[in-house]
Amino acid sequence: MKFLNLVRKAPLSAQLGLLLCAAFTLVAALAHWIAPFDSAAIVGDVWMPISTKHWLGTDNLGRDLMSRLIQGTQTTLVIAGLATILSFTLGSVAGFVASVAGGWVDMALSRAVDVLMAIPTLIFALVVLSVFPSTVPVLILVMGILDSTRVYRLARAVAMDINVMDFVEAARLRGEKTSWIVFREILPNALTPLVSELGMRFIFAVLFLSALSFLGLGVQPPDADWGGLVKENKEGIVFGIPAGLAPAAAIALLTIAVNLVADWVLNLTSNVRGEQGNV
Amino acid sequence: MKANASLVVLVTQRLVLGLLLLLGVSMLIFAGTQLLPGDPAQAILGQSATPEALANMRKELGLNEPAPVRYARWLGHALTGDFGKALSNGQDISTALGKRLNNTLFLAGCAALVAVPLAVFLGLVAARFRNTWVDKTLSTIGLATTALPEFFVAYILIFLLAVKLQWFSSMSIIFEGMTLWERLDAIALPVMVLTLAVMAHMMRMTRAAILNVMQSAYIETAELKGLSEFQVVVRHALPNALAPIVNVVLLNLAYLVVGVIVIEVIFVYPGMGQYMVDHVAKRDVPVVQACGMVFASIYIGLNIVADIVGIVANPRLRHPK
Repeated sequence: MKFLNLVRKAPLSAQLGLLLCAAFTLVAALAHWIAPFDSAAIVGDVWMPISTKHWLGTDNLGRDLMSRLIQGTQTTLVIAGLATILSFTLGSVAGFVASVAGGWVDMALSRAVDVLMAIPTLIFALVVLSVFPSTVPVLILVMGILDSTRVYRLARAVAMDINVMDFVEAARLRGEKTSWIVFREILPNALTPLVSELGMRFIFAVLFLSALSFLGLGVQPPDADWGGLVKENKEGIVFGIPAGLAPAAAIALLTIAVNLVADWVLNLTSNVRGEQGNV
Repeated sequence: MKANASLVVLVTQRLVLGLLLLLGVSMLIFAGTQLLPGDPAQAILGQSATPEALANMRKELGLNEPAPVRYARWLGHALTGDFGKALSNGQDISTALGKRLNNTLFLAGCAALVAVPLAVFLGLVAARFRNTWVDKTLSTIGLATTALPEFFVAYILIFLLAVKLQWFSSMSIIFEGMTLWERLDAIALPVMVLTLAVMAHMMRMTRAAILNVMQSAYIETAELKGLSEFQVVVRHALPNALAPIVNVVLLNLAYLVVGVIVIEVIFVYPGMGQYMVDHVAKRDVPVVQACGMVFASIYIGLNIVADIVGIVANPRLRHPK
């Protein structure tokens, strides 16, 4: 109920963003049922134009592009979602532990993260994928671990502020263990700033996965995420066939939608904490 | 005198820190390819190789030695510019890399030459006309271009400018013997995409930095003593806003060098990014390591330069409390 009230009071841009995000999630969840054709079946000629039977035409092998796009939505959102969850769990727990434990633990973790962050993410992913096969678990692991460095920085900074508060001091004097302090004292208070970062990390994961698949090193055929669909149909663009633009537009639309929602959440949370929003 | 000495110390500290970082990165890039118990010898010779051939190949590649020894040897050779030979075609990596690095730097450099002045100029315009429709239009366009993935922008431009209007070529093929003009014509579209990708951030920061300075009391004094607006901005505001602007510009250049990978693949441009991606698919580890090392060095190098410029330009950073 509270959420509905918030949504009703949200600016139009945020409502639009929420609507789009909900639509994408729904498509991903129901992909199996709403796709008009089997996404792997060849149903017509190569690159057929848009028609009432094939809403977006067919792709480079004559498969229904609409169905592939719907299936690709599921692939993209599931892999990006799992990678985000991994990066958040890993990054925030490590960040909290570093700030609570301090000393050499903090030192070792922070320097390791410094080194990891000094390499551009895409470059390091390419290095690792040159020896590992591009399977879905490997992709999730690579994306999750590399992105957790960004979450670590944020979580550590947030926890540093909380760590010096009286109630944490009290818990420590009571003799609570590190795990209690991390999960029962720090985590509930650090959740709000972390959640507003969640959207941005997720969209970064989507873009990252799309880039990898576009380079042919992400999701492997016959499965395809959005980036893979762009790759499959990119030759058509040179001949004036817009099939490759549809999945690219889906990426752009989701990026904008999540940005709109994230902006709104950021404003909300900073208002809650009594700070000036939208700096 | 003392201020200068501390400046030298600070800059040296940054440089040493950067070198340590590079060392760490080189370890990571080497270790990243050792995570699997895979065997390059097997990869070169294929599944049907005889055990004797495998043993010979391992000896030749020095695979019988422990990983730290191989790392030390790899790093030592890399420092002298020798990255060994590619597994896939046996060619010397450094020679191939050098040519492609030139192409990549040419593309990224051209994009920077267009993007940086344009972004700073538009940032100044946005600051001058802040909160008017000019400012709002610029910031909306800026937000849109940062939100869109590069390949979406690239294919939209290819579809419109190369296919429909036929103004440019959709592929940026560069070969030896091309005149400079022909080269510039070939890379027009990728330069456009890269410019759009990095411009918004620089523009926003320029605007913010200028507005930040414009609120100072000494700017008001300059205005009150009757200087023209142009003089106030260029003579009084710009020098103090320069440090954050230069910083953002350098960080974006670092981003440019990496962002170039996807763009090179889209436009079939014979640069280092494409070279790296091709060899990842071929599982040619030495080439990938070499490319990764060069990319990371450029990236770290530009970041250090950004730090040092910040220290030199801002006296307050020279005397940390």
